[in-house]
Amino acid sequence: MQAIHAIETPVIETQGLTKKFDKFVAVNKLNLSINEGEIFGLLGPNGAGKTTTLSMLATLLPPSGGSARVNGFDVSREASRVRKSIGFVFQDPSSDDLLTGRENLYLHSLMYGVDMRAAQKKIDAALELVDLTERQNERVKKYSGGMRRRLELARGLLHEPRILFLDEPTLGLDPQTREHLWKYIKRLSTEKKVTIIITTHYMEEADALCDRVAIIDRGKVVALDSPANLKKGLGGDVVYLSFRKPNKPNLAAVKKLRCVRNVKREGDRVTLSCDYAASQLQNILKAIGKVESVESRSPTLNDVFLHFTGKEIRDDDGDAEGGYHERMMHSGNR
Amino acid sequence: MSELSGLYALWLREVIVFSRERSRVVAALVQPLTWLVIFGTGLGSAVVLTGIETGVGSAVGGNAGITYQMFIFPGIMCMTVLYGCLFFGLYIIMDKRVDFLKEVLVAPLNRTTIFFGKVLGGATDSIIEVVILLALGAAFFGIHLTPATLALTLLLIFILMIAVVSLGLTIGSLMDSPEGFGLIGSFVIFPLFFLSGALFPVNNLPSWLYAFVRVNPVSYTVDGLRTLILGIGSFGLAVDFGVTAAFALVMVVIGTQAFARMKL
Ligand SMILES: Nc1ncnc2c1ncn2[C@@H]1O[C@H](COP(=O)(O)OP(=O)(O)OP(=O)(O)O)[C@@H](O)[C@H]1O
Ligand SMILES: [Mg+2]
Repeated sequence: MQAIHAIETPVIETQGLTKKFDKFVAVNKLNLSINEGEIFGLLGPNGAGKTTTLSMLATLLPPSGGSARVNGFDVSREASRVRKSIGFVFQDPSSDDLLTGRENLYLHSLMYGVDMRAAQKKIDAALELVDLTERQNERVKKYSGGMRRRLELARGLLHEPRILFLDEPTLGLDPQTREHLWKYIKRLSTEKKVTIIITTHYMEEADALCDRVAIIDRGKVVALDSPANLKKGLGGDVVYLSFRKPNKPNLAAVKKLRCVRNVKREGDRVTLSCDYAASQLQNILKAIGKVESVESRSPTLNDVFLHFTGKEIRDDDGDAEGGYHERMMHSGNR
Repeated sequence: MSELSGLYALWLREVIVFSRERSRVVAALVQPLTWLVIFGTGLGSAVVLTGIETGVGSAVGGNAGITYQMFIFPGIMCMTVLYGCLFFGLYIIMDKRVDFLKEVLVAPLNRTTIFFGKVLGGATDSIIEVVILLALGAAFFGIHLTPATLALTLLLIFILMIAVVSLGLTIGSLMDSPEGFGLIGSFVIFPLFFLSGALFPVNNLPSWLYAFVRVNPVSYTVDGLRTLILGIGSFGLAVDFGVTAAFALVMVVIGTQAFARMKL
């Protein structure tokens, strides 16, 4: 068994990884296998168990069941070796706000045993990357939320770990910085073969970055593949049709069309999937009757997410603020 | 090697923060000075201490030149340490509330190293406060020290600091709320201070009270400091150092265990 897989040994492998808080199962028998240099996305609604999973992989939480190996080391029995292999950017603020930005980075490199002659140069470069050079000697207390986030990112990269856990790294960042970071993350994985596990609620981010994504809901993996395959799996393009009373959609007729799948009706809106929608639109319209408007596009990761979790991600559909507040409250309650 | 630089990082963090928060030093000195000035003067005018053998064998309050203020000075030094060092453990609880502690715990350092970094950091803060207190003592309260007794004084009180910071970190690692820490902290400090002979001579106590004093490790630190600073003591300097060191050792062992088991 072992010998067969020896060529592509996964950098991270979990078997039946489980976390229970009292009776509540936060992570349920998770089996994941992540390869070297891969950018792996963990997607899921709030409370799905993403942070809990990362915390177990990073040895911060002991698993209640199952096992996990990170960089070949068991997270329960070889915790310190696991910690030597990883970097972690936490979801919640974790910089020391009584210290300056630079001091935060300096203490971090001391704690990770970064060679001191190289450290100052690396700190300069890291500050440059996240555009904090000018504010480096100010106390973090005076930073904006996004600046803190950027500092924490710089810190996670500073010791050049083999494996990097990024828990919602771009939450609250402006578009420039986000694009900047995407490029950098990509470079880390292609040039330095760093394995990156990222959680995010921005679907376009997962789409742009990840080689593979796992969608988890209530502690279980509900889908796992490359973004392209996941989108393909939905079956062709997505067509949105809307109606105005008294016109009614003729669903029975449209369902008979061979190219059409997944017909869903919500009030006066109908959503369906269809291969090559552009060439089939005429047939669909003929079958379904008089419509108010029609829109067709290729599926996004957002559609995939919606399909598997039954919920649309709030951050992505114009209600960003509500989603954010809910999430802040959620993290504050822990 | 990285454990050592990690230890240095944790210590450095405390020193930087301490040096920035000067008000903390002032706040830490207000309480002992109040005690010395008000309690020391007020009560000092009313009591005549008996049963204290000085180097020349005469009673305090008489010709030995030791005022009540001077008498309680070593005890007040210990009080500064008790409050400052124990409540250092409170920061752990604050750290737990944000992810800052996670950043330290996810570093490739032993929990023991993290523990010692914190202990050394806390003790460094405290030793600065004690040095200032000693300087004020020399300037205003008639405290005299030679280089040798100063060195031994700082050594002894440093050992006590290690014990008390460890105790504070132990409590902090077991608790989640600052309020709870405050409650337990006061509950712990109270007997350690009042049953230490910090405010009264221990020689002519009723036996039940004397028993409490003898089992309180802080009594020995107070006694040792009194021997070094004023030349009067009851238990013998070797015993004082021995018991204080044993106290520190026990607290460090308990503290490292508690730290290793700390949940987030
Ligand atoms: N220390 C804890 N004690 C009890 N329950 C917890 C604890 N930590 C997390 N949980 C619960 O476990 C579940 C998973 O939480 P987790 O933080 O992993 O979610 P998440 O996927 O990261 O969500 P989000 O997108 O909001 O960050 C949640 O229901 C949460 O309430
Ligand atoms: Mg999370």
